[in-house]
Amino acid sequence: MLAGCAVSANSSSVAGAATLPEPTLSKPKPEAFASTYRAAPAADTAIVGASILTGTGARIDGGTILMTDGKIVAVGRDIEVPASARVIDGTGKWVTPGIIDSHSHLGVFPAPGVDGHADGNENIDPYTAHVWAEHSVWPQDPVFTKARAGGVTSLLVLPGSANLFGGRGVTLKNVPAVTVAQMKFPGAPYTLKMACGENPKGRYGSRGRAPATRMGNVAGFRRSWIDAVEYARKWESYERKRAKGEAAEAPKRDLAMETLSGVLKGEILVQNHCYRADEMAVMLDVGREFDYRTTAFHHAVEGYKIADLLAAEATCVATWATRWGFKMEAFDAIEENAAILASRGVCVAIHSDEQRLIQRLNVETSVALAAGRRAGIDIPQEEAIKWITLNPARIMGVADQTGSLEPGKMADVVLWSRNPFSVYAIAEKVFIDGALIHDTSNPGSIYRSDFELGQSVGEE
Amino acid sequence: MKFAYLPLVLAGLASLARPNAVEAQTFAITNAHILSPGPVGEVERGTILVRDGKISSAGANVAVPVGVMIVDAKGNIVTPGLFAVNTALGLVEVSSVDGTLDARTRSTRISAAFDVRYGLNPASTLLPVARLGGITRAVVMPDYDDSNKEREAPFAGKAALISLGQGPNILFKADVGMVLELGEDGAARLGGSRASEFVLLRELFASLKKPWNSDSNWGLSEVDHQVLASVASGRMPLIVIVHRASDIRQVLGFARELGLKVILSGAEEGWQVADEIAMMKVPVLLNPTSNIPSNFDQIGASLRNAAILKAAGVDIAISGNDGGHRVRDMRYNAGLAVSRGLPQSAALEAITLAPARIFGVSNLVGSIESGKLADLVIWDGDPLEALSEPIAIYIDGKQQPMESRATQLGKRYGNRQE
Repeated sequence: MLAGCAVSANSSSVAGAATLPEPTLSKPKPEAFASTYRAAPAADTAIVGASILTGTGARIDGGTILMTDGKIVAVGRDIEVPASARVIDGTGKWVTPGIIDSHSHLGVFPAPGVDGHADGNENIDPYTAHVWAEHSVWPQDPVFTKARAGGVTSLLVLPGSANLFGGRGVTLKNVPAVTVAQMKFPGAPYTLKMACGENPKGRYGSRGRAPATRMGNVAGFRRSWIDAVEYARKWESYERKRAKGEAAEAPKRDLAMETLSGVLKGEILVQNHCYRADEMAVMLDVGREFDYRTTAFHHAVEGYKIADLLAAEATCVATWATRWGFKMEAFDAIEENAAILASRGVCVAIHSDEQRLIQRLNVETSVALAAGRRAGIDIPQEEAIKWITLNPARIMGVADQTGSLEPGKMADVVLWSRNPFSVYAIAEKVFIDGALIHDTSNPGSIYRSDFELGQSVGEE
Repeated sequence: MKFAYLPLVLAGLASLARPNAVEAQTFAITNAHILSPGPVGEVERGTILVRDGKISSAGANVAVPVGVMIVDAKGNIVTPGLFAVNTALGLVEVSSVDGTLDARTRSTRISAAFDVRYGLNPASTLLPVARLGGITRAVVMPDYDDSNKEREAPFAGKAALISLGQGPNILFKADVGMVLELGEDGAARLGGSRASEFVLLRELFASLKKPWNSDSNWGLSEVDHQVLASVASGRMPLIVIVHRASDIRQVLGFARELGLKVILSGAEEGWQVADEIAMMKVPVLLNPTSNIPSNFDQIGASLRNAAILKAAGVDIAISGNDGGHRVRDMRYNAGLAVSRGLPQSAALEAITLAPARIFGVSNLVGSIESGKLADLVIWDGDPLEALSEPIAIYIDGKQQPMESRATQLGKRYGNRQE
């Protein structure tokens, strides 16, 4: 029933690299901005006797999950647990895949939210496809730990939405780290943040420059894509000549155009902040005009008005349940948006965009579920768990590696004190690549960021 | 006269929208799993008798007079209507549209005398949305407009209570408190430093003892002066928005020294000074999910704040996630506080009876108790769970529609083929 979003098949080809390697170099250089993530040491672990929501649409009661060498090895009822594995009693508890947030600004708008930390919006120009969110991420943002306490194991950190092209997002594993490279999700594709609507036109129109209207927004997008097509053509021509052994001078690199042409080549995923149904439809046409796909509309509070269109385009939606009315384009947001979209075959994610909400994406999902039920759309929990696990992984292009409990995938796993759709549920143990990174039974082990050290911080 | 039909048409729609509406304000809810703070407490199979919009009796052994209409709750939980704090309900429509914001003023003529009661809009689309979250009463508080940096007006103005019942008049009680923000943001309106803030406040309160004169260097208008006199005398509570532990201590000392009645709001670091707050019998309005060190005022913000304050004996009321559109989140926030150690009964009290008590109306609302207004909610599950929803909502004994603009949008598009 739930038509998926396209999963980027060869995402690793762009892992952590500038997308256009300089071919004139005689010797290979080490990759710049590469992930240096290394999974923490992980004991082989089995959680036994728990109710497991696999993220693939199944629920297994009295189930066992076995993790070995950082990977999931087996999930099911009659799993043989090797004597060497540490066994955790999951009786009365629940297991889900690690929670994934496909829209976050942790690290780029960190806490405390002081001017010196405001690094998420390069908002002096509407065209900033050249900036990369990862060059702003502050790994000491104390909210990373709080998100982990809510079960979040991976997240997409995006630039803000002030600009038409906000820049590249970065997919992170939510582990304590000193450098952003140590958090970068190995092999995750890059993403491009775009923004429709009130934010760009309001930000720049009020300063007496373009865009000042929604039509100005769209014209700005189209002009940029025309430039990107031209840029991509120059590089293709150059590479063709080189391949034939002809003399050719490499065009000058342009960071913004590298990102946009990466989208045109299908290597960089489009994450488009867009609220209104009519605007999303227009943006799909922009994609048609320049032959690029929109991986997901973010916020998309009016997605429910064009559910069939989104399903046909296989474009995902990342949205909320409770946020509405903070601006005109959010006035028609309804709690049952996700439920309506899911019932019509759209790949839906519940996202946070917020420091407090990222700690309880499970509860936000419950609000959406209850609203759906009230509207006559009863979606089972084993399906809805995908909204905060597998579907955001698809949006981020990492669904082949995480997002569900399947053998061979990363052992990104949460053990909940009770049904995760309950407000009373606590993420007791959070495993990332099999390593127990967050454990409420051992409060002293819970990571505190450098910022918090020596200050009067409270629990959680 | 085309428009003459309009009221009739609307009335027709309203009755269509609520086929089971109990128009009579005398009825009995039977088979009710009553869950309420106060003497009635929890009754697994109880009855609530409502007469003329008030609770006439409630409990396990309530005789229902012959002929009284029966609402069978079928064993579902019935709670008092929820009482929201720290809201701007009725004063805001779309946060980014200035013309719809009536919670603040730029006036240099008034500050303390700013009175939210005159801005209330009973037709606001936010009211049905909040009501569908089980909310029947709310505190409406003024806010600050800081666009004029020269304006040094420490007080935001007077708060009021509203009813969320349908009807042209939602004002429930005016003059319930005076809002004053202190700490980092408050200091910016009082000389730019905490060290100036409290000196200036003391001077301002001292000036209230003298008759008003237009040359006062405080720039208070006569009406500001009058309103503040009732704060100075301890009649009107001062609702102090404050976050840092040291600021809370200053506020407590200031209140003791001047004999003020104080309610704290925010108080993210309140857990660090819980015993001192309890000793002064100062109540706290808080959001238990406010655990982000979002500035240097609340480095110690913690999910345990609600539980620690309550354990110390502080009367707490729990808010939603903003003052308007997300007020309905208050019951989930109460549930989240339970997950971090707040007793279940205290959590329910913090969204019903406690706020009623803090704002001086616990004789009228806040619990299911004989003599109180019949603000009642029947739930399809645990009211603190996000998976639960109200089945029926009564305010002053009148059944409320289970609809909002949002549910109508959902209906229009939910089952439509494009």
